[in-house]
Amino acid sequence: MEITELTVHELQEKIKNKELTISEVTKAYVDRINEKEKDVNCFITTLTDEALEKAKEIEDKVNKGEIKSELAGIPIGIKDNICVKGVRTTCASKMLENFISPYDATVMERLDDENLVNLGKLNMDEFAMGSSTEYSALAKTRNPWDLNKVPGGSSGGSAAAVAANLVPWALGSDTGGSIRQPAAFCGVVGLKPTYGLVSRYGLVAFASSLDQIGPITKDVKDSAMLLNILVGHDEKDTTSFDMPKVDYVASLKNDVKGLKIGIPKEFYGEGINSEVKECLQKAIEKYKELGAEVEEFSLDIAEYALATYYIIACAEASSNLGRFDGIRYGYRTKDYESLEDIYKKSRSEAFGDEVKRRIILGTYVLSSGYYDAYYKKAQKVRTLVKKEFDKAFEKYDIILTPTSPTVAFDVGIKSNNPLEMYLADICTVSVNVAGLPGISIPCGVDSNGMPIGMQLIGNRFSESTVLNTAYTYEQATKFRENFKPTFKK
Amino acid sequence: MQISKEEILHIADLADLNIKDEEIDKYILNLQDILNFANIVNNAPVDGMPETIGTNDNYNVFRKDEVVDFEDKEALLQNAPEKERGMFKIPKVIG
Repeated sequence: MEITELTVHELQEKIKNKELTISEVTKAYVDRINEKEKDVNCFITTLTDEALEKAKEIEDKVNKGEIKSELAGIPIGIKDNICVKGVRTTCASKMLENFISPYDATVMERLDDENLVNLGKLNMDEFAMGSSTEYSALAKTRNPWDLNKVPGGSSGGSAAAVAANLVPWALGSDTGGSIRQPAAFCGVVGLKPTYGLVSRYGLVAFASSLDQIGPITKDVKDSAMLLNILVGHDEKDTTSFDMPKVDYVASLKNDVKGLKIGIPKEFYGEGINSEVKECLQKAIEKYKELGAEVEEFSLDIAEYALATYYIIACAEASSNLGRFDGIRYGYRTKDYESLEDIYKKSRSEAFGDEVKRRIILGTYVLSSGYYDAYYKKAQKVRTLVKKEFDKAFEKYDIILTPTSPTVAFDVGIKSNNPLEMYLADICTVSVNVAGLPGISIPCGVDSNGMPIGMQLIGNRFSESTVLNTAYTYEQATKFRENFKPTFKK
Repeated sequence: MQISKEEILHIADLADLNIKDEEIDKYILNLQDILNFANIVNNAPVDGMPETIGTNDNYNVFRKDEVVDFEDKEALLQNAPEKERGMFKIPKVIG
């Protein structure tokens, strides 16, 4: 097997047994990037030279016994809305095209503590606003399973890079499904942690009450390993939780006997593609075989949650993106006379259409006369969504749904119809609205060979249960052994 | 939900954005479409429910108010589109 096909826990094992060196691993990824990146365009910034140098340095230190971390020298890719000191952090926007971050995000400090090697910054929808990565102003990422299809979004570069073996694993961020949906489209594993589990410090803010950073990996064990590194309280993010550390790898028991799984029937309605439904049905049967107790129930919140999501996310975005004014950093218009001129022209010239659309929508729902009808109402609906989930988790340990109503769609078919693009998020947004953890794992392919994702949702801070449920299915079905991206044109 | 040209220009102005004349109709249509959909929040059974602004129960998180110097001023200023003598440069504001 090629080095780049191995999972991180397999790489780690081989490095430990001296079958592979740290330099060899990074070199294999650099070669793979040089060979395949032109087909999939996952990166905005590659750091291949720096990575090779860093790997050598870490290898020397490990050999001298100066570094003890078990993950030392493992490469990683980072979504380009996470600040890395001294490296461009663009958010795939003309606004930040030349922005060099003066500091590290907390998650980057955590990765550095473990001596991971950064292979580069990965493409995304501009400011994480989108579901196909087509709204990136800087690169056009394609789906490695079919190069005419989108990789999903907004963490499309991260998911496609993991699927294409350009990085062994990656960080993404998820505001309404931006880790899980691209993971589903690219046949990889994407985990959105409970809101507050991972520090958001250094993540360029889109919608602060919904954003979370999380792992995109080849398998569930890697997901648990990366989550182990990321979690923890951070003084710099007051919404991050201070709680005892859990070993998520140790929670992978490969056993779901007696686990109560709820199937919300509204998530399997007419908007869901029939092949997706069929595939999910098989997965449900698999869980029954494995000893889980599966029951259908009603959770009629998907449409309310989607509407609420777009109101709240756009409102928060309109406020968060107010900071981009062309003064201290970011794009400044060439032609101005007054200060107001700088603000307006810089923002109008540098933000893409979708970003402007969401800022305008957000400004509208917060403006006088509409605040009560939209924003305030949406916050009440948020309470409703939370309550409905609370009720469900009194009965069930896990809620199982499709990750997306469809498989990856063709490039270009939704990018001009914002509402249709928004509807692609119907299965994932409610998880963010309620602040819950959710994972997407591949559960099969459709008749065109495109991967289908299954979403497992848990109660707050129940990542152990979510990961174990995913792991048990994965061990019983072995998706990665049976299906591989083909790079077909 | 009907949005007028004046309204969209007012909102854009509040958001510090210029909208080109030829784009106004597109923005109006997109916004109407999305708001018509978003309107379903008004059918939700939420009478008497409180508002949720965040999903965790942290309330008033305090820390010591300590000054921490950011050492690398060069790194901050290197991103400034225009600067002079270690300061951000903007056009004259007071006449």
